[in-house]
Order: sequence, then structure tokens, then C-alpha cells
Amino acid sequence: MSREHVLHKVRTALGRSTGQPVDQPPPVRLNIPAAGIESRIAVFCERIEALAGHTHRAASLEGARSYVEGVLAGRKSAASNAPILRQCGITALPGVESGVMDPVALRALCASAACGITGADYALADTGTLVMLASPQEARLISLLPPVHIALVERGRLLTGLDELLSILPFPAEQTSSMVLITGPSRTADIEQILVRGVHGPGEIHVVVV
Amino acid sequence: MSAIFDEKIHQTLADSKLQLAIFAATGRLMEKRRKAVNADACPDYQELRTQAHEVKRHTIDHLDYYLELFERNVSAHGGRVVYCKDGTEVADFVLGLARQRRASLIVKSKSMTTEEVDLNERLEHHQLESVETDLGEYLIQLAHERPYHIVAPALHKTKEQVADLLTERLGVPRETVIEKQTMIARAVLREKFLAADIGISGANFLVADSGAIVLVENEGNARLTTSAPKVHIAIAGIEKMIPRAQDLAVFLRLLGRSATGQPLTVYTSFLSGPRRGDEIDGPDEFYVVLLDNGRTKVLADREKRESLYCIRCGACLNHCPVYRKIGGHSFPWVYSGPIGAILTPQFLGVNHEPGLPFASSLCGACAEVCPVKIDIPKILLDLRSDVKKSEEREGASRLERFAFRAWAWVMRHPRLYEMAGMAAASLAPSRDGGGWVRSAPSGIKVAPLDAWLSQRDLPSAPAKSFRQLWRERR
Amino acid sequence: MPARVSLFVTCIVDQLFPKVGLAVVDVLERLGFQVDFPEQQTCCGQPAFNSGYREEARQVARHFLDVFHDADYIVVPSGSCTSMIAHHFEDIFDKEPENLERARRLESKVYEFSRFLLEVAGVDDVGARLDEVVTYHDSCHALRELKVKDGPRRLLGKVRGLELREMDAAEECCGFGGTFSVKFAEVSGGMARTKIDSIVRTGASAVVSVDSSCLMQIQGAISRVGLPIRTLHLAEVLASR
Ligand code: SF4
Repeated sequence: MSREHVLHKVRTALGRSTGQPVDQPPPVRLNIPAAGIESRIAVFCERIEALAGHTHRAASLEGARSYVEGVLAGRKSAASNAPILRQCGITALPGVESGVMDPVALRALCASAACGITGADYALADTGTLVMLASPQEARLISLLPPVHIALVERGRLLTGLDELLSILPFPAEQTSSMVLITGPSRTADIEQILVRGVHGPGEIHVVVV
Repeated sequence: MSAIFDEKIHQTLADSKLQLAIFAATGRLMEKRRKAVNADACPDYQELRTQAHEVKRHTIDHLDYYLELFERNVSAHGGRVVYCKDGTEVADFVLGLARQRRASLIVKSKSMTTEEVDLNERLEHHQLESVETDLGEYLIQLAHERPYHIVAPALHKTKEQVADLLTERLGVPRETVIEKQTMIARAVLREKFLAADIGISGANFLVADSGAIVLVENEGNARLTTSAPKVHIAIAGIEKMIPRAQDLAVFLRLLGRSATGQPLTVYTSFLSGPRRGDEIDGPDEFYVVLLDNGRTKVLADREKRESLYCIRCGACLNHCPVYRKIGGHSFPWVYSGPIGAILTPQFLGVNHEPGLPFASSLCGACAEVCPVKIDIPKILLDLRSDVKKSEEREGASRLERFAFRAWAWVMRHPRLYEMAGMAAASLAPSRDGGGWVRSAPSGIKVAPLDAWLSQRDLPSAPAKSFRQLWRERR
Repeated sequence: MPARVSLFVTCIVDQLFPKVGLAVVDVLERLGFQVDFPEQQTCCGQPAFNSGYREEARQVARHFLDVFHDADYIVVPSGSCTSMIAHHFEDIFDKEPENLERARRLESKVYEFSRFLLEVAGVDDVGARLDEVVTYHDSCHALRELKVKDGPRRLLGKVRGLELREMDAAEECCGFGGTFSVKFAEVSGGMARTKIDSIVRTGASAVVSVDSSCLMQIQGAISRVGLPIRTLHLAEVLASR
């Protein structure tokens, strides 16, 4: 529509001509603290719990499975295609459906499931954040539609924070159409500033560090 | 100042419940921010602000370059950029696309940019249902109002008012428990998400090197809006640009902390293009509408260009003692508070509401908290001068101008100044050595004096001015 | 040879609060300064500048430059007027290179009263005594444009017999804002009342500030509701013994 019109107005306003080169932008500012894995895990769990999320540190794959089994309690659930879920045996738990690749079927499943179970590409310790990249392994809706979200994080995936994430993933768009950072359960405070969880996304979140 | 501005201010001040609601809500937001930016919680907060300001300055000064870079990268990921010069073009684009896709229902996540062009009204005018999905924004839409606050749209509504609203508009039994009200809205909106053909979002940031938009939210409605429907349209002002994904390390930190005191909001979505071949879900089509709507006018003004650095965190509203009294709806346009006071005259012209730049004590609290360091008081002062120049051209405010000219004349003539002072003092003689008077001396009728006395007492003039005492002392 | 100090007393102190001016002179002379009061002085031009009348502000500012151009130090009992001279003269003379130069030369010579005591005179104890519980109001321009925050508190801390009790809204505007106080009188009055609530909560019997204009607003509102609280300029506190 108005492409040329708008660009022309921008250039005129700035006194620039078409294709004129730009100065260097200010250098990127990334601050990556040094923190050992144990302290990262401790901070990560502390942050999630401060946001009313649940955390569990599993020493083994079986441990992870039995924690998830306890949360599910046989309820209907959607699991992503993340390999770790299969390795743990979570996809074989009663009530769990996995491997759904058709978007319409997946959506129907997620809309009726009690829990959504996913992996996480990364996790950020200092904010208690899960990083989810859409891929053949991870659909967008599993962590979004069901009222409970359970995520399994491999400890090697735990970064210090956003700055480290952006230093190892400087161009997220090269990998995925959607990178989502999830920090705690869905919440709103739109009425009288009173906090309510689970307004649109999951109101309950469980993070298992494996 | 227009009569309507005056009237709205008066109404807001007279409503004691509303006063309490605004004061409490903004107070809580101030407190949350304060805790999130203090030296313990964010040791490099001031450096982050400086960096954010510098990055924004660079981007805005080279905006044409970054727009084209952004556009190329969106296309490379299978999306499309659409430039629109105003709201009509935005509506035409959305309507055209909706018609082609036989869409009838649109879900929307919160976007001040679409508020700015009244998109919902324009779409509804063409029988296209467009539903706001952010809880606060949904309530505002049900009430046919404008957002009261950039970040907290329904800040002024009490749970009783929400109860009435839901009953009246949705026909549900009256419910005053906030959790339950929220769940009522959730249920209604869940249906809408699953049935919608198009999702419209705003964008908190446009990332040039990635061709991506970034959305920041707590509820999950923006994720649903951009994931569930087949078509996703993001509508953003051209100034939302940042050069690199890595700059988000600075901007996301500042935005969450400044807005609600959160180190990161619950959801941050970084979206570039439609669903890719092997991805399981996500929209099939991805459009980014880049809106001018007056922004290039602001861009052309070197002195005030930095108004476009704003990341809409709302901190300046919460900290503004004037906003905290007059609330959001007294402001003449969708943007309220200090940022509204500088954007509105620049977008709509200084004559839209000439009183607006004057509705400030110039206390500077806004500039102190602004995460991108916009010098709002300085821009207000520039706008005041613009208003006066425009009034002079139009022959308005003659009396005031005359008074200031006379004042300046007197101030350049110390003898006159002293005599004027003595004359004024003789009209309001001190009662026993400098008391405070409650009313103007009888027979004196000056509007500013009456205005002063409507609120507070006036010091009576001392028997002698300082300079008289000084001379006596020597 | 004591240093020479030129006092810019400000129009509001000259006309309405002469006692504040006398207190400033008192404190400075006690510290050994030779105080000069250039009698041609009037106003810094701020009322016009803040009201959008740049040309009128410029005229008055030029007069100010004429009066004070050869001063060694200019001491001002107001954060707001100091900021006008030190910061905003640059804005209004952006198209008058010669005056811009003169304004820039003044910039380093003009001192808000408390800052002069601490930074030039180098004292925080001026030997004052006042047996009273006071609270301190940060005037906006002193606080945000001049970064005057701890200085006045330090000075108050050395006053014998004085107890300083901080109010929760110390940094919040009193609502004066020059012509704002009459153009938006109701809003301005509301802001003053919010401020007073905070003052009352401290239990102090006096409010201290470095700006007489804020104090006029606060005292006017206090007087209207008849509270037993008085306002004092910092200079008045430091001059008492
Ligand atoms: S002007 Fe600054 S403080 Fe105000 S909303 Fe914009 S970014 Fe936030």
C-alpha cells in the first residue's frame, strides 16, 4: 500500500537518502555472570517457586517419571515429541497422548487435556524461565491450552539468564518461527490489582530438573 | 484549556471512590517498580537505561535503514510487511484479508497502536467481530470505553463494576469474587480463541536483524492470539524497532521492571514468520503492519524526536502526581499521563487540546523513571512554547500574552518592579506581621488570584520587601 | 579577604518572604562571606519560560545576565530558580551565541543555597540551634535537576536540638508548578493535600525546604485547613540559634 510513501516520509524527516549507510549501532550489552550448575539449579527452583510454580529435582529418568505420574494422576494429557519424555517413559503413562502431528487433532487434544507435558530447549536460572522453541518436537499449544503445564528440563540446558541465552542464540529466527520464554504460571491483575492465576494459559506449572 | 478537559478533570477529582482506586493502583505499581530497580535487584539499572536510550537514538535516527532490513528479514521467513499511513489503511488491509479468507471472527491481544486508530470500531462497522482478549482490555471493550492506563486498562474499575458489566453484557449471574469473574471471562474467551479466523496482536518490539516481533504479556492471551488462528497480523508503529535480537537483553529487562516490577513478564514471544514446514502448529500466514499515523511528523522534529523512544511501560503514568489525580480518561486521546501529554499534541496538533502541555507541575518524576530516558519535562516546555506561538498566530489568549509582555517589561526595569511590588502590597496589607489570608481584598477580582484562593490561603504581603530591608540594614 | 558572594534573592522571596533573604545573608556573613545584593535584580524569567513565553523569558534573562555578569558566586535560596539559570538559560539562548556564552559562564558560578554551604563554604555545621521536630520536603527542581538531596539533610542533621523525621512522600511534588497552581488549581490543591497528609503522618511541627514557592503552596494549604504546622526555609533554620 503505502510502502514508498511511508519510507519516503521517514527519509525526509531524517534527512537521509535511499540506501544511505548507517553508523555502527552501540555495541551489544550482554552481561553473563559466572555461576556453577548447582547454584544455577538452586536459583532457578527458588525463582519458580517464588512465582507459585512447583519444582522437582529428579536424580534419574525414573524419578522424573514417577513425579510426573503423581501430578497427572491418570488425567488426560498431551505430551510433546521431546525425546526425553519418551526416554523417561512419560509418553507411556496412562492417559497420556503423544506423537500427534496434525495441527487440528493436536488442538482438539490440547483443548480437552488436563495437562500438557513438554521438554524445554533452555532454562534461565536468574528469572526462573523456560525457553521453548517451536519445532517438530515441540508444538506451541501444549504448553498453553491445558490448565497444567509440566516441563522437563535437562540440567545441561540451564543457563544463567537471558543474556547467556542471547549470546548462544543471537538469531533465534534462524531456528524457529516462535521462541517463547515462560516465567511462571499465567496470571492477571487486571481487576483491582488482585493476582489471579491461570487466566488464559496454565495456572499451574511444574518444572522437573532432570 | 477546553471546557471538556476541565470538566473531566473536575469529575474525576470529585469522585472519591475513583480517586482511591487510581491512587491505590498506581501506588502499588510504583512500589513494585521501586523494588525491582533498586541496587540489589538490578545493580546495572542505570547503565541499562543509558544503553536503551543510545540504542533507541541510533535506531530512530536511521529508521529507514532498519525498516527495510526488518522487511527483508520478515519476507525471508515467509511473512509480509505492510506499510500503512493511517488507520483507514490499516482497516482496509484487515478487511480485505478477512474477506479473502472468509473470516468472521478476530481475536485481538492488547495493542495501544490499534486503539490509536480505533480498529475495533472500524472492523465492527463492517460486521467483523473483533474481540479483545486481555482481561482488562476485554472489560474495557464490554464497557465501550478507552483504556484507562497503557499497562492496566481497567485500573479504574472496581470488582462491583466488573460484576455489573459481566451480568449486563454476558447475561451471567452477578459475581463479585475476582477469581470467579476472571474464570467467566476465560471461558468466554477460550471459545473465541478456538473459533477465531484471524489473530491480531500489537508488538512491543520489532527486531530488525531477525524480522521478528516481540510480545510481552502475563496472561497468555497474546500467545493464543498468535498461535491458534490461521492468520496472524501484528500491528505496530514504525518506532517500535530495535536493531538486534541481542538488544532484548536490555529492553526486556527494563520493560518488565518498569511496568509491573517483574524481571521478566510471564510470557515473552519472539515470533518470526508463519509456521515453518516441519513445525507442528502456528499460523499459516504472518503479516506485520507498520503504521505511520503521524510518527513521521514527530520524526521530523529533531528536538522532540525522542518521544518516539517510548516502550510504553506506563511508569511515567504511575509516578505522575497529575495522572494520579486526574486519571486516564481526562486525557484527550488514547495515550494518557506524561507520555500522552507529549504524544497527543505531536500526533494530533497542539490545538487538539492546547491545555494539555500545561497540565503538569513539571516535577520531573516521569523523566526520572523513564527506562529510555525521555526528557518529558523538556518536551512539555517546548510544546508550551509551540502552543503560545500558535495562539499568537490565531490571536488567542490575548490577555495572558499582554500580561506576560507587561510583566517582562516591568522585570527589566527595577524601579518599576519595586513600585509595582509596593503597590500590590498596599492592596493586601499585612495583618499583624504577615499572616495568611483566606480571601481576596474586597473589590479585587483577578482570575488567577481567585483560582489560588479556591484551594489555599495566600501569604499577605510583608510591610517591607527584602530590598527595602537590605537598604535599611546597610 | 573574605570571598564576595552575590545574592540573587528571587522575586518571590523579595516580595513575599523577605525574612528568608535576611536569613541567607545572616548565615553567609556569619561564615565570613561578604554579601552583595545587586539592586538591579528582579526575576530569572522562569514564570514566562514555564508558561511558553520564550521571548518574554529571554528579555528578563538578558536583564539577569546584565546584572550578574561580573559576580564571583551567585547564591540563590531556590532550587527552581537556580535550575532556570544553570540549565534553561541554555535552552532560551540557543539562537543568541553571545548570550549563550554569557549564560554558560554563569552556570558554574550559580549555587543553590545549601549546595553553596557544602561545596564552596565547605561547612555542614553552621552553629544553628532549633528545638523542633521537622520534616524535609524535596522540592522537585532541587532534587531532580540539581540532584540536591542529601545536602540539606546533612545541614539539618547538624542543627542542635533538631529532629528530622522523613515523610513517606518526601520526593513527591507539592503541586505548585508556577502557573500550573492557578491554571489547574483543583489538581494543584489536591496534590498539596496529598503532600500534607504525608507531612502530618510524621508528627513534625515544621516542614523545611529550599524553595519558598513550594513552601508558599504547602503553607497556604496547611493554613486553609488550620493545622498547627509551620513552614521554614532551610536558611531560616540555619539562621536560628
Ligand atoms: S515515556 Fe518512558 S516511562 Fe513513559 S511509558 Fe514511555 S517508556 Fe515508559
